[in-house]
Amino acid sequence: MDRGHYKIFLGMAAGVGKTYRMLQEGRAEAEADRDVAIGYLEPHRREETSAQARGLEVVPRRQVTHREVEVEEMDLAGVLARKPQLALIDELAHSNPPGLEHAKRYEDIAEVLAAGIDVYSTVNVQHLESLNDRVAELTGVRVRETVPDSVLGSADEVVLIDLTPEALVARLRAGKVYPGESIEAALSNFFRIENLAALREVSLRQVAEEVESKRLTLHVSEQVGTREEGVAAAVPQAVGERLLALVRPQPSSQRLVRRAWRSAQRLGTDLDLLWVKPPGKPVEGEEERQVTALRQLASVLGATLLIEEHDDLVAAAAQVVRERGSTYLMVGESLPRRGLARLREPLPQRLIKATPAGVDVRIVAHRGSKGEGE
Amino acid sequence: MTPERIGIVVALILGLAGGYQLARARRRGKRSERPQEVHQILLPFTGTEISRRAVDAALRLARAEDATLMPAYLAAVPKQLPLDCAIPIEAARAMPMLEAIEQRAAGQGVPVDARVERGRSYRHALSRLLDHESFDRVVVSAGSTGAAGLSGEDLVWLLDKAPAEVLILRPGPEDRRILAA
Repeated sequence: MDRGHYKIFLGMAAGVGKTYRMLQEGRAEAEADRDVAIGYLEPHRREETSAQARGLEVVPRRQVTHREVEVEEMDLAGVLARKPQLALIDELAHSNPPGLEHAKRYEDIAEVLAAGIDVYSTVNVQHLESLNDRVAELTGVRVRETVPDSVLGSADEVVLIDLTPEALVARLRAGKVYPGESIEAALSNFFRIENLAALREVSLRQVAEEVESKRLTLHVSEQVGTREEGVAAAVPQAVGERLLALVRPQPSSQRLVRRAWRSAQRLGTDLDLLWVKPPGKPVEGEEERQVTALRQLASVLGATLLIEEHDDLVAAAAQVVRERGSTYLMVGESLPRRGLARLREPLPQRLIKATPAGVDVRIVAHRGSKGEGE
Repeated sequence: MTPERIGIVVALILGLAGGYQLARARRRGKRSERPQEVHQILLPFTGTEISRRAVDAALRLARAEDATLMPAYLAAVPKQLPLDCAIPIEAARAMPMLEAIEQRAAGQGVPVDARVERGRSYRHALSRLLDHESFDRVVVSAGSTGAAGLSGEDLVWLLDKAPAEVLILRPGPEDRRILAA
């Protein structure tokens, strides 16, 4: 049985209109004679949202007792038994009370999809695991219900429901998001313009990365599936950039890391650090201390430190560039070459030749002594 | 080829190999003679500014003692976040200051090995740094203390805990920002 089509409506915060849009598209599908049913809807007492749901069939919720309180949850068995062509299931990050089939609603959705039913669902960006810390730092608010990023990655379509922070605050003030008594508290806490602006940026980037990651996946499958390798090579380079910095466990690499991080910040992209470690050589003493320092710096900056054992720096770097989809490669300045090393082609040229077309190589000069190099 | 010539060729090869091994052993010997102890001067700082006088004092000491300067930015991570989480906002403050210190150090030929240390408070971050780094001196500027930096109590604590000489610089009118993040 073919897996159902999965579409996720992603928003920066509550009230941007994810559920509304999901219902709107569900209605359009129903009007096009598709069998559509609401698996679970959380209208949050929003009149406009409830109005969109009118006329759509709703699979009845089931009553569950949790901590001596009756709660209503999605009836997974009911949805599977009803087997609509399209199920609308709100809030995929929701945690189910103990005793149900799955701990999380996105796991329920996976079962619905596996049954060949198409699913439309919704989620806010702060629920994504990898962004949870960043969003908490930006807004000071941490959400408990998180979902792995792979959930977003598994969607066939991700639709960003975008709204300017000012428009969302206006909606909030007009009572379209929360009831009157909660508005002022919301405005002075989570729904501050600067919070919303940061969340909006995070959401936009997340969707851009999803598009990018799907494009790269497509790129690889094209290379595998067709004899015309030129077709894949002709696909335009990444929409978003991705930086890879070649580092060594030495203090001078920190400058390279800082530079690379600054560039990554400007481009709004991720940063990977790569140390190609000679095979079999134990990491100890000062080198171990420097690796720890690099790891610490990477963690502070939110960069990823990769350590690859390989006896060929260029081959290892080229392999990582392909695997990570890097578009920029940053290297430190090499030592003045002596002896037979002079006959060898310089590192940047070798890297340019070994990496896919379109990957730029940038050299970061040493500031201090010229004691370290390739 | 006569047996004599074969003997000469073999002797020549053995001689060359022996010479190469001898040279390698001497080079290794020289390396192991280097002192293992790393002389480092710690310069902890917080917030968005650091006194130029503190940086210069640390650099003067580092030059005089042929030591490495270890500027360390101390970041306080809010309790609701994991201690090992990425801190882009703090990093955006720290990186330009570390860059500026490194630039100044490079001008005076002092090697730099920077750190960014996280903790629940500045003192906690400093304590974590003391746990896993070794150094001979600590230079702190009393001018940078206050709500945004290390308090007087923190300095007393540092004097008590730091396994090194602690140099606390008296605030001076010539204290100036070297960088504001």
